[in-house]
Amino acid sequence: MTDNISATLYLVSSIFFILALRGLSSPDSARQGNLFGILGMTIAVGTTLALPTVLSYEVILAGIVIGGGIGTFIARKIEMTALPQLVAGFHSLVGLAACFVAAAAFFRPEAYGIGTFLNINPGSLIEMSIGLAIGAITFTGSIIAFGKLQGIITGAPLTFPGQHPLNAILGITLVALVAWMTIEQSESIFWSIFLLSLVIGILIIVPIGGADMPVVISMLNSYSGWAACGIGFTLGNSLLIVTGALVGSSGAILSYIMCKGMNRSFFSVILGGFGGDSEISGTTTSGDKAIKSGSAEDAAFIMKNASSVIIVPGYGMAVAQAQHALREMGELLKADGVDVRYAIHPVAGRMPGHMNVLLAEANVPYEQVLELDEINRDFAQADVAFVIGANDVTNPAAKTDPSSPIYGMPILDVENAKTVLFIKRSMASGYAGVDNELFFRDNTMMLFSDAKSMCDEIVQALN
Amino acid sequence: MQTGSVDPFIFGITVLVLACFVGYYVVWRVTPALHSPLMSVTNAISSVIIVGALIAAGPSETNFAQIMGFFAVVLASINIFGGFIVTQRMLSMFKKKR
Repeated sequence: MTDNISATLYLVSSIFFILALRGLSSPDSARQGNLFGILGMTIAVGTTLALPTVLSYEVILAGIVIGGGIGTFIARKIEMTALPQLVAGFHSLVGLAACFVAAAAFFRPEAYGIGTFLNINPGSLIEMSIGLAIGAITFTGSIIAFGKLQGIITGAPLTFPGQHPLNAILGITLVALVAWMTIEQSESIFWSIFLLSLVIGILIIVPIGGADMPVVISMLNSYSGWAACGIGFTLGNSLLIVTGALVGSSGAILSYIMCKGMNRSFFSVILGGFGGDSEISGTTTSGDKAIKSGSAEDAAFIMKNASSVIIVPGYGMAVAQAQHALREMGELLKADGVDVRYAIHPVAGRMPGHMNVLLAEANVPYEQVLELDEINRDFAQADVAFVIGANDVTNPAAKTDPSSPIYGMPILDVENAKTVLFIKRSMASGYAGVDNELFFRDNTMMLFSDAKSMCDEIVQALN
Repeated sequence: MQTGSVDPFIFGITVLVLACFVGYYVVWRVTPALHSPLMSVTNAISSVIIVGALIAAGPSETNFAQIMGFFAVVLASINIFGGFIVTQRMLSMFKKKR
């Protein structure tokens, strides 16, 4: 196969990848989009296998069978609630794969036509070093994110004195090493870049709290794209550059959306030290204020007699695996003629779109699931706002109290509903460590329980 | 057009910048409800890095580069299969219910 034919086929494959993302603009076209993605990948792999330098089919086949088997197994077995850590885990693999490809290119540049060992042309060398560094940072960063999401590592931000200066010094050292590499090519510099980047990857994710994970995951998504892009430059392969840029910009846009959902700058999230897991820091500062608490029967009675109910799910719903019980409750209410809808805050859960997937898993029709700007005005006409496992995203202090850490964050205006039902395990504050004044309002009824058992009890009461 | 004198790096940057624009406009059109599948599908397609891995693993003689290539093929394959399958699983849940 000539270079021109393979380059043309790579172009076709890039177009399929663009169509794969394009398909996600609506749930109806999304599955077709995924098929385009698979087709694009098949063309890319097939084209590469047909290159005259690729001969060891047995080795390659073995690699694909082993990797494909593991990937298929994991993807079929995984629980939908574990999706954020799965994605983090997958990102780490892309990062490591990028490092391996960079190593292969460094030790055998002839295969890629970029020079000979220790005599690689400087441009390719810089690109390779950047690909290697981003790959290594993505690798360890994603492993830390995985550990935090899986609960192996504490979700609380880990900070120590001198953290930022240390990171700055390491960052500058990394840049210096990449520059040095172009002057004097050596194996030791190559491995130094690799090791230093591994350390930096750990250090930049460690101080970021569990609740900021939607930003971190999107950011690592972006990094994995840029790593592919760096390798694409090294190999002079447009397909890798295009795909890397698509993935890189997708992750960057998601990070931006998540930051906006929290009204925080990207920079402040990265610097970290904010947002440990809730419930741990649970001290009630205003415990003497009166709260009204109710039972499942009370909640069932109120909702049965309502004409419209808006359900606000949050991470607590995912933790309690309450989505199926919740859907059952919603269906019973609908059968009684109640208008039931779901309101999703952009940063609800631990990854972008987390709540939507869980509700879809529980068979909630997606037409009933609405985004913040689509539904926020409707709370004023709603009889009941049913808050399950969410907290800060409903806190009116974000609008009224300039001293609050969450001031300025867009919130779901559940306070405007005639009655607010709030499921909570205890009076602990949300991850931001602020009290929610909603709890003390006259029209709020607290339902103290685990999200799933409360839904189950309400379902029983409705029957 | 005369392209012989254009540095491959400039050519690469051209492709990169144009692809970023395409990515920007396509990704903003993705409905927020599908942001999770977006992450998993981008994860799958970023494993196109397997192209570099295959070239490294390609030569018939065994050396360090080929071993690196082999491991990169394994890792990228986990991602490709895992990423597309988990995306498909998610998307199949977003079917219209009646």
